[in-house]
Amino acid sequence: MPNNPTPLAEPVESPISTSSISGQAGSNTGEPESRKVHAALTRSSTGNEDLRELESGLDSLQSDAARAARIDWSRILLPVAALVVLVLAWQFYVSLGFKRRDLVPGPLDVLGQFGTLWADGSLQEAVWTSLQRGIVGFLISVVIATPIGLLLAQVAPLRRAFGPLISGLQVLPSVAWVPAAIIWFGLTDATVYFVVFMGAIPSIINGLISGVDQIPPQYRSVGTVLGANRVQMALQIVLPAALPGYLSGLKQGWAFSWRSLMAAEIIAVGGTIGFGLGSMLNQGRDLADMTIVMSAILLILAVGILIELLVFAPIEKRLLRRRGLLAGSTR
Amino acid sequence: MPVVLENLGKRFGDGAPVLDDVNASIAQGEFVALLGASGCGKSTLLNIMAGLELPTSGALEVPSDGAAFMFQDAALFPWLTARENIELALKLRGVGKSERRTKANELLDLVHLGGAGDKRPHELSGGMRQRVSLARSLAQDRQLLLMDEPFAALDAITRDLLHDELERIWKETGRTIVFVTHNVREAVRLGQRVLLLSSRPGRVVQEWNVTEEHRTDAGLAGQLTGVITARLREEIRRHAK
Repeated sequence: MPNNPTPLAEPVESPISTSSISGQAGSNTGEPESRKVHAALTRSSTGNEDLRELESGLDSLQSDAARAARIDWSRILLPVAALVVLVLAWQFYVSLGFKRRDLVPGPLDVLGQFGTLWADGSLQEAVWTSLQRGIVGFLISVVIATPIGLLLAQVAPLRRAFGPLISGLQVLPSVAWVPAAIIWFGLTDATVYFVVFMGAIPSIINGLISGVDQIPPQYRSVGTVLGANRVQMALQIVLPAALPGYLSGLKQGWAFSWRSLMAAEIIAVGGTIGFGLGSMLNQGRDLADMTIVMSAILLILAVGILIELLVFAPIEKRLLRRRGLLAGSTR
Repeated sequence: MPVVLENLGKRFGDGAPVLDDVNASIAQGEFVALLGASGCGKSTLLNIMAGLELPTSGALEVPSDGAAFMFQDAALFPWLTARENIELALKLRGVGKSERRTKANELLDLVHLGGAGDKRPHELSGGMRQRVSLARSLAQDRQLLLMDEPFAALDAITRDLLHDELERIWKETGRTIVFVTHNVREAVRLGQRVLLLSSRPGRVVQEWNVTEEHRTDAGLAGQLTGVITARLREEIRRHAK
């Protein structure tokens, strides 16, 4: 179609002089006539140095200036204020006197019980025993669950075969394993660890699998093009790409460890099983002492919050910030 | 001839063929622009050359060590810095640890990003990311470099600069480049040869040579752009009902 109008070819007739040819080191970029450029159709820069300068100008125009980090006090003050409000509301309710004081103790009663438990050392013992078991159980779960999760996520037949079972195990409350564990292992630490594993391992595996599922398919294409073999693909590309999902799996795995541990400690008491927070809770029930029960509940909650604040939150924040995923979130 | 395509065909399932009887040969060190409208199977053809997909008929000859590939979006890994992204390509190629660092810095310098090696992809502009991506594909050290509309998502100013940049790097490194685009200007600006692919099915219908004169004479380049655009539109008009 030679008679077609060709709107893309507007400069056909005009004999515009263009920039001097690139590649000549000595070309003088200061001459005004050599600045007449015709971008898009011909070379638009006058050599390597000119190009470097243009690009660095554009780079600085298109990059955001770095913002200095500062301490955001609302992050600390707001949760503290919320806590104070809750404790005040609790005290206010108790002072109204609807219920007997031994059934619903006030904050000061519980604080007093804390003091007593601290003085006889049982508070420290219970927290230490439970925390130690929780952490050890969780870490072993991570070591077991990570390769299984990676294998299931990468090998389709395995995933199809065992995927439903793993999802099912996550729904099954791990307390359900306590009777079986007691029959198999008796009243020993093995019972407690077994229940923790059955709670944590499926949820870590599931977190890792869903993290892998959310990887943009292009990452794998890039890996293939770069020549990664199966193992390199799994360890260098899939695992780091799935890290945000894996981390939420780990968080959930910890939560399941901690919950399962409490359940196991409440039910399995005596034998060689030491005195943990769950045991303290059970002791409070046996003694019908509500202040011990409340103390144990608050301690279990406090450990959960501290682990989240001191361990998971900083890791997650760092992970998301490095990937540029934090902007606009309410964290 | 590092790349020869013979009667290459591709169809997905029982659908109409995407590529049909594609013939082309590309010489060592040549810069070929593969031009076509949407749906002409340009990307499919490139994926076949890269070994990401298999042809359903015909034969192709590509270098035995494979090809480097550059995607439309930079496709950098967000958990690595710019330098680490390049180092990963070197690592997967089997380059030793100490050498990786030096080589990555050289490549960053080649794309004029010497000072941005420690930045993460989200801290870089689109043009900078694409340059890191270019450096990464050069790190693969393959003779053949396949580029799938790598500048399509960039703004016009950045794109013009990257055209100059790519031409410079092509001359410095002597790679064989196959550059897929739907932009006639871009094809004329960069290619030594422009191959026009028809749509549905994709087939090489015409080709033009672009000389050194076209690089400096905007009038001449404009004329060629006009001719190719007319031919491309004729191809598109064939599909009007």
